[in-house]
Amino acid sequence: MDFFHNLAIGFSTAFQLTNLVYAFIGCLLGTLIGVLPGLGPLATIAMLLPITYALTPEAALIMLAGIYYGAQYGGSTTAIVVNLPGESSSVVTTIDGYQMAKQGRAGVALATAAIGSFFAGTVATLAVAALAQPLAATALLFGPKEFFSLMILGLVVASVLSSGPFIEGIGMVVLGMLLSLIGTEINSGTQRFAFGIPQLFDGIDFVPLAMGIFGFAEIVRNLEPHGDISLVTQKIKNLFPTREDFRRMMPAIFRGTALGTILGVLPGGGAVLSSFASYTLEKKLSKYPEEFGKGAIEGVAGPESANNAGAQTSFIPLLTLGIPSNVVMALMVGAMTIHNIQPGPQVMTKNPSLFWGLIVSMWVGNLMLVILNLPLVGLWVKLLSIPYRYLFPAIMVFCSIGVFSINNGTFEVYEAALFCIFGYMLMKLDLPAAPLLLGLVLGPAIEENFRRAMVLSRGDSTVFLTSPLSGGLLAAAVIAVVLITLPAIRSKREEALKE
Amino acid sequence: MKNFTSRLTIRDRRAFVSGAFFLTVAVFFYAVALGYTPGTTARMGPGYFPRLLSIVLAAIGLFVMAGAMRPAAEIQRLRAWDLKGLLWVTGSVMLFAFLLYPLGFVISLFVLITVSSKASPEFTWKGALANAAVLIALCVGVFVYGLGLKFPVWPTLFN
Repeated sequence: MDFFHNLAIGFSTAFQLTNLVYAFIGCLLGTLIGVLPGLGPLATIAMLLPITYALTPEAALIMLAGIYYGAQYGGSTTAIVVNLPGESSSVVTTIDGYQMAKQGRAGVALATAAIGSFFAGTVATLAVAALAQPLAATALLFGPKEFFSLMILGLVVASVLSSGPFIEGIGMVVLGMLLSLIGTEINSGTQRFAFGIPQLFDGIDFVPLAMGIFGFAEIVRNLEPHGDISLVTQKIKNLFPTREDFRRMMPAIFRGTALGTILGVLPGGGAVLSSFASYTLEKKLSKYPEEFGKGAIEGVAGPESANNAGAQTSFIPLLTLGIPSNVVMALMVGAMTIHNIQPGPQVMTKNPSLFWGLIVSMWVGNLMLVILNLPLVGLWVKLLSIPYRYLFPAIMVFCSIGVFSINNGTFEVYEAALFCIFGYMLMKLDLPAAPLLLGLVLGPAIEENFRRAMVLSRGDSTVFLTSPLSGGLLAAAVIAVVLITLPAIRSKREEALKE
Repeated sequence: MKNFTSRLTIRDRRAFVSGAFFLTVAVFFYAVALGYTPGTTARMGPGYFPRLLSIVLAAIGLFVMAGAMRPAAEIQRLRAWDLKGLLWVTGSVMLFAFLLYPLGFVISLFVLITVSSKASPEFTWKGALANAAVLIALCVGVFVYGLGLKFPVWPTLFN
C-alpha cells in the first residue's frame, strides 16, 4: 500500500502546474543543448545549473532531471541523424541508427528510440519507486567500513568502464581524490594544499573542473581540423514504424529495459554500460545477426531502452545511499547541496514530497520527451546546420556565466580556464576525465569513512576484509579487476569502448 | 648489449608521459603533505590520507611508466597540441573574468565572444560581431532581466 501512497504523493507534487512547466522547460532546454555536438548531459546540466538557483528545491531538481533526460535524448537524435553521438551512452546507437537513416528510415529510428525510451522510463520509474525504500533501509545498516568499501567498488567499476587502460583510470581516480583534499580538513581545521589562497579553503568546486574539461577543452578539441560531419540531408518522413518493425523491436525493448534497470543500479554503472551490454545481447540473440551494423532496428531499440532505464535507475544509489554512481549523478549531488539537500537515505523521510515528486517527474519527463521530440525532430536537425564557428562562442558564454554564478565571483572562472588547459592535456594523453571527477566528489566521504572505520577498529585495517558485507563489496571490486585483465574480455572491452 | 638497450626504450610515449605526470603530482602532494601531522591509523591526522594517496598514485605512475617500456608495449607517440586554439579559448575566458567587474557584463561578454571566435579557422569579423550582438542581447535578457542574476551590467564608472 505504501508504494501507491508514495506514488500518490509524487503525482500530486509532479502535477503541480509550476512543476510541470519546469519539467517541460528542462526537457526542452536539455534537448536543445544536448543536440549540439560535443555537449553531453554533464556539460549541459552544468551549463544550465544557474537557471535553477532561483527555484524551490523541488522545482530545481525536477527541472534538472528534465534537462538530464533531454540531453540524453538529444544525444540519441544526433547519433541517428548525423552519426555523431552526443554522449557516450549513445555511441552504440550510431552503429545501426545512422545506417537506418542512410536508408531513409531516420524517422523510424527516431520513433523507435522514443518508444523504447518511454517504455524503459516507465518501467525504471516503477523500479526506482519500489526499490528506494528497501534500499534506503539497507543503507541504515551500513557503517563506515561498508560505505568505504562500497565507494571503492563504485570507483573501481567506473575505472573499468572508462576508456583506455584500467590502471590509468585508477590513477585518475586517485588524482581526483588528491584534488578533493584541497581545502579545510574538517577534524583538525588544517588548511591542506591551499597555499594561503582563501578561495581554496572550501576546496575545488566540481563545476569549474567539469566545465573546464567537458566545456572549454572539448571546444578546443572540436576546433582542431578533422573530417567533416555529414548530415543526412533527406527530409525526415515516415515516423511510424511498420507492423514488422514493431514485431522486431518490442522484444529488444523489453530486454533492453530489463538489462538497463539492473545495470543502472550498480555502482559505476548507468547508461553507458547498459547500452553496450544491450547491443551485445541483441546481436547474440538476433535471428538476423548479419543485419547488425547495416541498420537492424533491434540495434537501436535495445540500447536506447537500456540507456534510458540505466540513466533512471542510476538515481537509486544517489537517492538511497547518497553515493553518486556516475559523473552526472556527482553533478546532481552538487546541485542538491546548492539547494541545501544532503543526498542520502534521510531525503525520503525528511522530504517525501521532494523525493517522490522527483521520481514521478522522471516519468513525466519521459512522457514529455516523446510528445516534444517527434514533432520537433526537424528543428533539432536544423540546429545542427548552424556552423560551429557561431555555436562554440555561445557555448563558451553560457559556460562562463554558469561558472561565474556559482559564487558570483570571478575566481571560479579563472579556475575553469586553467582546468581547460589541464583537460586538454588529459585529452592529448588519452587519460579519462570521468574517473577524475568521481574521485573528486567521493574523496572527502572516502577519507571520512576510512577515518571513522579505523577509529572503531582501533587502527586494524583488516576489518574491511573480515566484515562480511564490506569484504563482499571489496571482493566484487577485485573480481571486476580480474575480469578486465583476462585477455578475452580485455579485447572485447577495447572494442566496445573505442570511440 | 643490443638486446639490453632495446628493452629499455620507451615504446609508448603517451603512456610514459602519463605515468610521469602521475608520479610528479604524487611527489608534489607528498612533499606538501609532510607539513601536516600524520597521526596513527587509529587516530588519523590531516597528513595521513594525503600521504597514503600520494604513495598509491606514485606506485601507479611508476607502473604505467614501466609498462610503456615493455617490449610488448604498443608504439605510440605524443600527439601535437593546437596551441593557438587553446590560447584563444582560455585567454578569452580569463579576459572575461578579468574585465567583468571593472567593465561590466555587456563589454566583457563582447570581448569573450570576439576573442574566442578567433579560435576558429573560419573567423570573420562580420560573423563574430553579428554573433556577439545576438548573444549579448539574449544573455542580458535571460540572465539579467529573466533570472535576475547579480551582474554589474555596465562599467562601474557609470553608476
